[in-house]
Formats: sequence, C-alpha cells, structure tokens
Amino acid sequence: MTTVSSAEHTRRDFLYIATGAVGAVGAAAALVPLIAQMNPDASTIAAGAPVEIDLAPIAEGQIIKVFWRSKPIFISHRTKKEIEEAQKVAVASLPDPESDNARVKQGHDQWLVVIGICTHLGCIPIAKQGEYDGWFCPCHGSQYDTSGRIRKGPAPKNLELPPYTFVSDNKIRIG
Amino acid sequence: MSGPSTYQPQNKVLQWIEKRLPIGGLIHSSFIAYPTPRNLNYWWTFGGILSFMLGVQIITGIVLTMHYTPHVDLAFKSVEASMRDVNYGWLLRYLHANGAAMFFLAVYIHMLRGIYYGSYKEPREVLWILGVIIYGLMMATGFMGYVLVWGQMSFWAATVITNLFSALPGIGEPIVSWLWGGYAVGNPTLNRFYSLHYLLPFVIAGAVVLHVWALHVTGQNNPAGIEPKSDKDTVPFTPYATVKDGFFMVCFCIVLAWFVFYIPNFLGHPDNYIPANPAVTPTHIVPEWYYLPFYAILRAIPDKLLGVGALGASIVVLAFLPWLDTSKVRSARYRPLFRQFFWLFVIVCVALGWLGTKPPEGLSVLLSRILTVYYFAFFLIILPLLGIFEKTKPLPNSISESVLGAKA
Repeated sequence: MTTVSSAEHTRRDFLYIATGAVGAVGAAAALVPLIAQMNPDASTIAAGAPVEIDLAPIAEGQIIKVFWRSKPIFISHRTKKEIEEAQKVAVASLPDPESDNARVKQGHDQWLVVIGICTHLGCIPIAKQGEYDGWFCPCHGSQYDTSGRIRKGPAPKNLELPPYTFVSDNKIRIG
Repeated sequence: MSGPSTYQPQNKVLQWIEKRLPIGGLIHSSFIAYPTPRNLNYWWTFGGILSFMLGVQIITGIVLTMHYTPHVDLAFKSVEASMRDVNYGWLLRYLHANGAAMFFLAVYIHMLRGIYYGSYKEPREVLWILGVIIYGLMMATGFMGYVLVWGQMSFWAATVITNLFSALPGIGEPIVSWLWGGYAVGNPTLNRFYSLHYLLPFVIAGAVVLHVWALHVTGQNNPAGIEPKSDKDTVPFTPYATVKDGFFMVCFCIVLAWFVFYIPNFLGHPDNYIPANPAVTPTHIVPEWYYLPFYAILRAIPDKLLGVGALGASIVVLAFLPWLDTSKVRSARYRPLFRQFFWLFVIVCVALGWLGTKPPEGLSVLLSRILTVYYFAFFLIILPLLGIFEKTKPLPNSISESVLGAKA
C-alpha cells in the first residue's frame, strides 16, 4: 500500500478536513447531554418553589431554621441589643462592607433572614456563638455578627440573603 | 519487557497458545526473568503491596455493592444492615474501610521512598507522573467512598470538598450546583458518587498498568541510585523479588488484620455513625487521617481562594518534582544535606497532619502557617538550590561494589 504525498491539495486532504470537522462537531454535540444531565433536574427545580413562613410564633431572641431549595434559612428575631450592635459597626471596617439596613427589609429591623450556609466551604454556622454574638462556623472558624456579616476567619463574604418579601407583618415568602 | 522473550513452554497446549497470543512470554519476561537490582531493600516492596491492596479494595468493594442502596433514606441503613445481618458483612466492610487507610499508608511510604532515593529523576519522569495521577485518583475514590456511608461526616465531607470549587471566581457557583445536581448535597450527589466510586478503581487499575509498563521500560531505581552496568548488578525477579515482596506483603497484612479485628473503628470518627443531617454540622469536622496534612494547609491560609489554591498546589507540585530537584545524584545516601531536609519534610508532613485534627484557632493556626511555608519551600526553594550548592559524596562504581565493597 502506498500513499501519494503531494504539495498540492488533493481531494483526500479535503476529505480529511471535512471528516475531521464533522467528527469534532459531533463529539462536541455528544458532550452536551452527557454534561447537562448532571445539572439539577426538573423535579429538583420544581421543588424549589417559594415557601411561606409564619413569623408570629418566633419569640424575640429566637432563631429558627427552615429549608428552602435544600438550603437552611436562618430567621432571627433580633433583640434590641442585637440590632444596635449590628447598626453601630463602622461599615468601612468590615471585610465585606454592607450596612445592617441593606440586609433587612425597611421597617422590619427585628427580622434578619439569611441563608445559613457559611460562605467559606458550606458548613452550617452555630447561632449565638463567637466573639460577635452572631454565628460561629465549627468547620474552619469563621465568625459572623448579628447581621450575619463576616467579621473574622476564612469566609470571604457575609451570609447570603435569600430573595424574600413580607406578605404581611407576620408572614414572609422566601423565593 | 526487556527484549524478545526466552520463554519456551514445554506443554503442548501452552505452546499452541503462545504462538497465537504470547501472553506467557510477557508474564515470564515481566515477572520471572525480569532483572531487578540486587541491592533493593524492603522499601521497594510497597509497589507490590499497593497492587495487592487495590485488588483487596476492588474485591471487597464489589461484594459490598451487593448489599448497598444508594439513596439518601436507605444508604446509612443498608450499610448498618450489611454490618449486622449480612454473613461476614462486618468483616467485608471493616476490610474495605481499613483497607483504604492501609492503601494510603502504603502509597505514602511508596512516594517518600521515591523522593528519598530520587526515583523520579531522568529517565523515570513519566513513571513518577503516572504515580502522581494514580495518587490523585486514589484521593477522589477514597473521598467518594467515604460519602457513600451517608453518616454525618460523609455528608459534611461532601459539602466541604465540593464547596472547594466555589472558590473559583465567576464559574464556581454553577460548577458546584452541577456537581451536586441540586441546590445542596443530596440524593443526586449520592447517586453520582456511587457511580464514580465504582468506576474509578478500574481507572486506577488502568493507570497502574501504564505505571508498571513505564517501570519495566526504564528498570527499577535502587538504593545506590545508579543504573545496573552488568549482570553482576542484577538478580532475576523470581525468586528474589517475588519472595521478598511476598514476605513483606504478609507482614503488611498482619498490620491490616490487627486494625480489622482489634481496632476497626480506630481510624474512623464516631460522628459518622450518626445518619447524615443536612440541618446540623458536627461541631468538629475533620477528614480521614490521610487527607489531614492538606486540610491543615487549607486552614492555614485565611483567604478562601488562596487557601483552596494552596491545597491544590500542594498536590500538583509533586508532578513537577523531576524538574524541581536539580541534583544529578539520585540517592539521598550520597546527599548529606538533602537527607536532613528530607527527614524534616517528613516530620513537617506528619506535624501538619496532627495540626489538621486541631480546632483552627490560636497557636495551631500559626504553626500550620509556618509548616505550610516549609512544605512549599522544600519543593520550590530547597530542592532547586541543593542541586547547585550541595557537596555530594562520591558514588560507587557499580551496584555490586556498593553491596560488596571495592573488592568486588
């Protein structure tokens, strides 16, 4: 078997390039379903619909944990002292500067609603612990204040705020 | 794989097969006639031990699969049921769990032996890199296997390790969600880890074949770190290496058996006997002992992206070792300064492991930082400079001279 190599472009060169190009496109197209199947499926997304939470039973100073989209949400009924602590901090001095007002809904200073997942590596911080009266993450030592803002430790960001609205004074809808 | 085989089977059936598929000749030249340096010590038996442990893990794993249910509501129960109800289930699971720990112990000894005797140096760079790839695959496999138990430690290990990817700017969050198949670690995560935990050991086995192939092309390194020059420097694999490997493998199995039968939960964490609870993180979470040094490096750095970067770099740096170590002399036997830095490196790795178990506060953070600096300095500063400044001892003329003295 001999192959003829020529400096000129032959029909074989064309076939090589055309076959290779179609093959590459086909391989790339085949990767799409193989990779996309790992993303959250339709039932998971459907189960992530908004949830309504009644705030009335939560006593002042109490923090409850509810689940939305498999994530724990902390709902903290803050005391006067906790609100004051959160508000008097010099915002510029924080690792992730954000004022307490920006983290609660206007007129609902006593309600702090945050996603209860440490922004470092996803552990659930423990409430009312640490040097800032907020949360302490047992995994790698991050500490949050009463506004859920990162104050110390390896976490880069404040505890995230879930999308939520007040349906009435005593009820919120998360999602 | 050293030239055409001299294998001449007497048996007619074997001759018939050999003409059609020369597999007997391959085995003969690889594991019987294969010349091994005559000065190999017991540190060279861990390659065989590792192959054996891979076999143990695959066999016990396949059997455990027959009793396991990969579902968040049933996984933990099915593991407990296999311990209590399945005939010898306790033995199989303890063998698999402690076998994983022993597998890692063996691989660490194997790797440190490679570093001590300069086994990664020219012409064995590819052999070494294949080893680093196998080690990476082992870490992924071990981690996913640990998650399958679906206890508290399993769940939170899965959460923390997958969240390492969230440190990547921009693409981090979509990647983590893709890894989970949901908004948090859950049933889809468990299912895919189960699938991959079954697959990866066979990928490891494939990489081991390449590793052994590369080994048989370059030949083994040896404690003198010089190449065999004549037949006087080598002995045939069988019986010399087979019996030595076999003997030490039995000794190693005694240690494994001691763990399995007397202290099967010594290396585990009591928290993993609590079923996974996505609402509560255990107050003190630590990885299995074989990941602890890397965990200490992660926690030593107060920045998320840099911490995760350092964790990754501490493993990836191993692949560059053949080029970071600039010394022409392989064996630490003839490198007095390297030998001291090497043992300090071993102590630092063990100390980092110990710090990995401590809560991340106060003195332990400071110590972790200092030791992390040494870990990287060893590879990136000390090894490149030693090659230039170290005064090495004279090398022997041959392997047989190093064993028998100049009179040989």
